[in-house]
Amino acid sequence: MDLKQLYQDIILEHGKSPRNFGKCEKFTHYGKGYNPLCGDQVQVYLKVNNDKKVENLTFEGSGCAISMASTSIMTELIKGKSIKVTRKIVFDFINMIKNTSEIKSNDLDEDQKMKIMSLSGVKQYPMRVKCATLAWHTLTSAIEGKNNEVNTESTD
Amino acid sequence: MDINSIRSQFPIFSKKINGKPLVYLDSSNSSQKPLSVLNSLDNFYKNEFSNIGRSIHSLAVNATNKFDETRISIKNYINASSKDEIIFTKNATESINLVASTFGQKNITKGDEILITELEHHSNYVPWHYLRETKGAIIKFAPINDDGDIIIEKFKKLITAKTKIIAITHLSNVTGTIVPIKEIVDIARKKNIPVLVDGCQSAPHIKIDVKDLDCDFYAISCHKVYGPTGVGILYGKKKWLEKLPPYIGGGGMIGEVKKDKITYASLPEKYEAGTMPTAEVVAFNESIKFMQSIGIENIMKHEKELTNYALDKLKSINSVSIVGNPKNKAGVISFTMKGIHPHDISTIVDEDAVAIRAGHHCCQILHERLNLTATARASIGIYNTKEDIDVFCKALNNCIKVFGLK
Repeated sequence: MDLKQLYQDIILEHGKSPRNFGKCEKFTHYGKGYNPLCGDQVQVYLKVNNDKKVENLTFEGSGCAISMASTSIMTELIKGKSIKVTRKIVFDFINMIKNTSEIKSNDLDEDQKMKIMSLSGVKQYPMRVKCATLAWHTLTSAIEGKNNEVNTESTD
Repeated sequence: MDINSIRSQFPIFSKKINGKPLVYLDSSNSSQKPLSVLNSLDNFYKNEFSNIGRSIHSLAVNATNKFDETRISIKNYINASSKDEIIFTKNATESINLVASTFGQKNITKGDEILITELEHHSNYVPWHYLRETKGAIIKFAPINDDGDIIIEKFKKLITAKTKIIAITHLSNVTGTIVPIKEIVDIARKKNIPVLVDGCQSAPHIKIDVKDLDCDFYAISCHKVYGPTGVGILYGKKKWLEKLPPYIGGGGMIGEVKKDKITYASLPEKYEAGTMPTAEVVAFNESIKFMQSIGIENIMKHEKELTNYALDKLKSINSVSIVGNPKNKAGVISFTMKGIHPHDISTIVDEDAVAIRAGHHCCQILHERLNLTATARASIGIYNTKEDIDVFCKALNNCIKVFGLK
């Protein structure tokens, strides 16, 4: 495994200039995630409409390139998806990072698949898995309307 | 001092990490172990193993004697008055918990104040927090300046008639600040307040003389002092350890046990319930011999030179910012890099077999004070060389390259 596979250009670029950063207006769901090992934290804001579609998804927080890129890519991919599809993508993503290194989802187009797969290298760095999954766990918690903070030590 | 001969005593340096020679700069976290310590563990388990202080067969007598020899070595090494002042624990964390719990039971009531500092490791804060929760104690944090030095004048002002104990680190595991403990104890003495010193980081790197410091308690983790894991030390003045209640109850710490009454063993066994990490305590004697064979003055000189060399080299890398600039700094260098998160730094330098730590180093209060969420930390041990620092700085330059920042 070489570093270039972990730090692909797309990850560095998203890490440097994260998309959908900030608090979106009129959000309906909110989640907060925290990694006590490093102190990194993330807040996600969702605006879910009456058709149970994620109309908007934004985030705030600080963290390493992996966690920032993972969160940024997540917001791009999930925006516009239904809650049902969102859950499937989250499951697929976490399965990719932890087990398969692959994405099987039919709910993403090729470009989106390529983006999400850019994070698959994280699987080779077990200590960094939590960096990549924190925002996704936080998204699930926000959808479920849990008010408790997601903690990386209790999610994996 | 012959650095090559010192390095050759550590088997781990003959191993390759990611195909490259190991550059170990994580000694503040835990130190590597010399062969003499490893051989002692092996020999004890193979040839001498027995529990101590209970049976009277030959193996038990030998094991008990060896266990006690380490206690005497420690007593001499830190210049305690009696071997009864040396209590074996699991680690410095347990040593501090022991004092917080037993001292708290006896001496803390609602509204009493415990004075700590913004430099403290969580292990010298959380145990006192328990007293805040259970007894209604108040914890005060003595502030530091931006250099990472405790502001003595402000420290003095935080002492009130309600201050019951002062708990303070000897050496910060983030800024490398060497705290003037004698000055602190002097201030405390005038008000008759006991002082606990967290000596976790100082014990491997600077001279420890508890008589000279005149502190009441001193906590050490042996795994940071080139010793095995699972062993810690609590030094406590006899007047305290005799007076305070026991901590963990069980076998080995009792005098007489009746259905309606229990008496406790005298020191040091009063605080050593259950089977202790016997082989590890015995092996720690070899760690002390290792430190003595080099001499603390030589250790301090070598590490100071290396720290200054590292600081100079790091300052030549533009994007690096060193955390703190204390008056008296040991070989603990925390830093940040512009545009690269500490976790990413750690992963990238690991590719060159450079072991550093990233995160808040169990010092969230300090990071908050410095407006940082995480830092990277390189920490020096007796086995490090200028070549190690060169490889480390080269690896940092590679981080800049990987991130395409230059």
